[in-house]
Amino acid sequence: MSAPNKSYDPVEVEALKPEEIERMRDEALAAFAAAGDLDALAHAKTAHTSGTSPLALANREIGALPPQAKAEAGKRVGQARGAVSKALAARQTELEAERDARVLVEEAVDVTLPYDRVPAGARHPLTTFMERVADVFVAMGYEIAEGPEAEAEWFNFDALNFVPDHPARQMQDTFFVRGPEGTAADESGVVLRTHTSPVQARTLIDREPPVYVVCPGRVYRTDELDATHTPVFHQIELLAVDEGLTMADLKGTLDHMVRELFGPGMKTRLRPNFFPFTEPSAEMDMVCYVCRGESVGNPDRPCRTCGSEGWIELGGCGMVNPKVLTACGVDPRKYSGFAFGFGIERMLMFRHNVEDMRDMVEGDVRFTRPFGMEI
Amino acid sequence: MRVPLSWLREYVDLPATETGRDVQARLVSAGLEVETVERLGADLKGPLVVGKVLTIEELEGFKKPIRFCTVDVGTANGTGEPQEIVCGARNFAVGDKVVVVLPGAVLPGGFAISARKTYGKVSHGMICSGDELGMGDDGSGGIIVLSPEHEAGTDAIALLELVDEVLDIAVTPDRGYCLSMRGVARETAIAYGLPLRDPALIDTPAPNAYGHPVKVADPVGCSRFTARTVTGIDPEARSPIWLTRRLQKAGMRPVSLAVDITNYVMLELGQPLHAYDRSRLEGPIGVRRARSGEKITTLDGAKRVLDPEDLVITDDRGPIGLAGVMGGADTEIADPVADPGTGEVTGTTEVVIEAAHFDAITIARAARRHKLPSEASKRFERGVDPEATAAAAQRTADLLVLLAGGSAEAGVTEVIAPSAPHTVAMPADHPDRVAGVDYGRETVVRRLQQIGCDVYGQDELVVTVPSWRPDLREPNDLAEEVIRLEGYENLPSTLPTPPAGRGLTERQRLHRRVGRALAGAGYVEALNYPFLGDAALDALGLPADDDRRRTVTLANPLSDEEPALRTTLLPGLLAALRRNDGRGSHDLALFETGLVFRATGEETVPARLPVDRRPADEQLATLDAALPRQPRHAAVVLAGAREQAGWWGRGRPADWADAVEAARGVAREAGAELLVRAGQYEPWHPGRCAALFVTVDGVETPVGHAGELHPRAVKALGLPARTCAMELDLDLLERAGTGPLRAPRISAYPVATQDVALVVPAEVPAVEVERALREGAGELLESLRLFDVFTGEQIGAGHKSLAYALRFRAADRTLTVEEATAARDAAVALAAERTGAVLRGA
Repeated sequence: MSAPNKSYDPVEVEALKPEEIERMRDEALAAFAAAGDLDALAHAKTAHTSGTSPLALANREIGALPPQAKAEAGKRVGQARGAVSKALAARQTELEAERDARVLVEEAVDVTLPYDRVPAGARHPLTTFMERVADVFVAMGYEIAEGPEAEAEWFNFDALNFVPDHPARQMQDTFFVRGPEGTAADESGVVLRTHTSPVQARTLIDREPPVYVVCPGRVYRTDELDATHTPVFHQIELLAVDEGLTMADLKGTLDHMVRELFGPGMKTRLRPNFFPFTEPSAEMDMVCYVCRGESVGNPDRPCRTCGSEGWIELGGCGMVNPKVLTACGVDPRKYSGFAFGFGIERMLMFRHNVEDMRDMVEGDVRFTRPFGMEI
Repeated sequence: MRVPLSWLREYVDLPATETGRDVQARLVSAGLEVETVERLGADLKGPLVVGKVLTIEELEGFKKPIRFCTVDVGTANGTGEPQEIVCGARNFAVGDKVVVVLPGAVLPGGFAISARKTYGKVSHGMICSGDELGMGDDGSGGIIVLSPEHEAGTDAIALLELVDEVLDIAVTPDRGYCLSMRGVARETAIAYGLPLRDPALIDTPAPNAYGHPVKVADPVGCSRFTARTVTGIDPEARSPIWLTRRLQKAGMRPVSLAVDITNYVMLELGQPLHAYDRSRLEGPIGVRRARSGEKITTLDGAKRVLDPEDLVITDDRGPIGLAGVMGGADTEIADPVADPGTGEVTGTTEVVIEAAHFDAITIARAARRHKLPSEASKRFERGVDPEATAAAAQRTADLLVLLAGGSAEAGVTEVIAPSAPHTVAMPADHPDRVAGVDYGRETVVRRLQQIGCDVYGQDELVVTVPSWRPDLREPNDLAEEVIRLEGYENLPSTLPTPPAGRGLTERQRLHRRVGRALAGAGYVEALNYPFLGDAALDALGLPADDDRRRTVTLANPLSDEEPALRTTLLPGLLAALRRNDGRGSHDLALFETGLVFRATGEETVPARLPVDRRPADEQLATLDAALPRQPRHAAVVLAGAREQAGWWGRGRPADWADAVEAARGVAREAGAELLVRAGQYEPWHPGRCAALFVTVDGVETPVGHAGELHPRAVKALGLPARTCAMELDLDLLERAGTGPLRAPRISAYPVATQDVALVVPAEVPAVEVERALREGAGELLESLRLFDVFTGEQIGAGHKSLAYALRFRAADRTLTVEEATAARDAAVALAAERTGAVLRGA
């Protein structure tokens, strides 16, 4: 800093004249305004705000003024420098915003580009649908029971009141497992289970009532594969054994299931039928998922799903035959139960409009992939 | 059972307006599965009339013989002139009565008839065969020739009963009585609340000693045998139209009058009958089990060796019929034969009618043993009314008298094994408790009486079931009758509340998690058939003593090529892969989880266990001992690109590492620590096969394999090059789970990173180096990652450089550079000691 001077020369402080200060300020403001980008502004900044800028130099001259003039000149220069730095900041902000906007525009991409680097996988709809059905009951407190697919005949037939030589047993189109050397072809006592019902028997043998289980799984019948048949298919079975269970409970449970799976307003219908392991037995139908019964007697709106019958056949059900309870060590005088079972393929076919059984069998990724993780 | 509505109306006075569909709805609701209602003649339109053939001119010069006929059709053609018709059939002569369809008519199938030029003549209509009229096979193989009494010009639609409805009922095994008009009529009558005219309620004469002698040596197999004799039968007598039409509508082929009558009575009453030509019987009729080695030629012409369990009908010569299944050829009713010289017709003139009741299981076994399911065996298997034999024999005799001019002999043979009607004791409110509905005693009793039961008692009912309902054995059987007649559709809907459940088991949760994890990693699930043949195992290149060749086989496989059950998921998955590839999907990642079947080699044949009580635990154990092991496996197969090429850059082919990573992913879901080692196992590439291990109960256990497939297997199976696969035993993995995870402690102090590059001999597995580094680095090591593998001149032949990033961090302080370096040096030192690793650049 310059030393205080005792004597000053007004000529030497020309630079502190008001009009000079004003000019310096205006030049700076003009330079900032003229700066077209941040680089130019940086130049202008150096020119007009650095230690060697005219205003900075003028500021240094203040010391040369007589004491009585110092205050006024200081104020004048200070105001000018304030205006300059404010204008600089404003222009800086302005130019930065401009730059940012430009860069973001330049960096823009086509967000509609497809991305299938690793195409999505999927679980089979039979698997996920079976889980979905099971979960309806798990949520109610049922448990999932499982059993072997190569199963003892006793569990698959005898315990379920399929008497040897009874036509019902012959009607099951059973795969027989070959026994050890020296036994006749179909006398190994082992079959590929023809239904998930042996799991019922296993469960009743293993557990004390009350028993509330569902048994999903794979089953086998000696049918050739075609558009509506497959030798390997899936069923889900439900078994409830407790004190005082009735057919009305069976009906209510079925109604609950179809509402959960197909939406409110769905209901079921029972028709008498025969199964060895239930008595009374029934065939269960549900209101057609597609036409909701509106195709009946309405030739203008035929329904392919139900053949304009208004109902779709789901499977068999009934009250557990007391003979089954007896064979499994459950006292039929104390306990009663109900059971039902149906084919998953069939239900999937009409729920998702699958036209050909083979599509569910062949493992073509084009069929399975759209079903994703859940159904 | 096919039930013509017109026939049904004979027993129940249904309102005239009731259609087949109406009756169907009622019967379905009562528990008869009426599958279809066929509307015979629904689209049929006349004129269809009786015609008398006046002249026949044989037309020459065509590929087949053609006749130009004139036919008298009365006034049906409007003119009364003879109708000119061209006809290709030859089974008629001048003077025969035939069925003529005239122009303007429409035959079944929408076949419109008009005058048209053919074979150089104009044919004004057609002479019809049974087929063309939708009548079914009449056995004639040509056009219909009517008996002479029908007047030309008579409407043939009514005459031939061409318009009718037929209900086709799939009779369930418990309702054998519905394999008869009588049974279906009973259900119809109940469903409509109308009275039933029971065709079995006819007068039958008391048995006497003059009938054809019958000796029943096996009263268990044959509890009843009624024999009647009819003589003086006119062998020329033909079945009347009403009879043949009813048989045809019911799905049976008319044969000859006597046979048609026995079939008709069987359809009507459900009682199978047999008619023997009496002149061909030698001595008394007997019923006994067959003797070993005995033979019989049945009506179908097949010579059969009999089994000692077979029940047979005999005469002095030996077996003359397989009881309840099929008669023998020796005593068959003879077809009428006309002597070409005299025109005299000879044939059976005397028959012995058998109406017997046979044991259901005996008949079922015989029919199955001889692969001879017949109309008779089908009924006996399901239960026939034993009380109906006398009525059925009487009805047959009556029809033979009426239609064949015979006379019934006075002799009536009846052999009856003593039996008592079956009774069931049941609390009167039992149906209420089964249904969850208050029917009340009165309703219960009324419904049981409707089906033919006698009911006694107040709170405890004693119910005598009718003879035609052998299926009614237990209180629940009776409850079903009450509930179905009250209407299943009227059952209320209540929802029972189970006790609190435990949710899914760990095994079930794991199964689902594995599926989700693999699908999340881009794998698509395929559910493949578990059938397997040697060819598939050969193609995999499995050695002769490989465990996976010890298959469980089926006695009756769908295909002899694939008689076994899978021991590995790979053949099915690889077939699915090839199928997809063949269909144009080349970038594939598939997975499957499912059971495989492993023969234990110790399977035993279990004894037949009781069903009248719970078998003992030891007995139940014999059942499980008979079963193969059935562990659940998970497997993946990959081919083509794992990552697609695209605008983001290049793609990446699926390789062995993807297969191993799939295994790691599955193991992670199981919470199991997977040990990976180099392995050699078919069908994998010997240099690119990872053997996978887990620790189960403290023991290191092989759990599966992963890697690239052997080029030979790839070729043999026709797979895309470099197909990769992984297979794991999920049940083992589940047991290797380490239980609930202990949460890691997270330090907020800064990390110290140190990279090292170690040169090791090429054959040293990276996993060994990594394990040594981890151990040597001690507890300051937070993580370690192999970020590069390098080979090349600088490293030296037979060596590789492994570059690791080590991250150190302490829980309680900021590490100094010295501390981190010391830990790193310790890690390198241990790796050097264990694997011969040399710090690169050192």
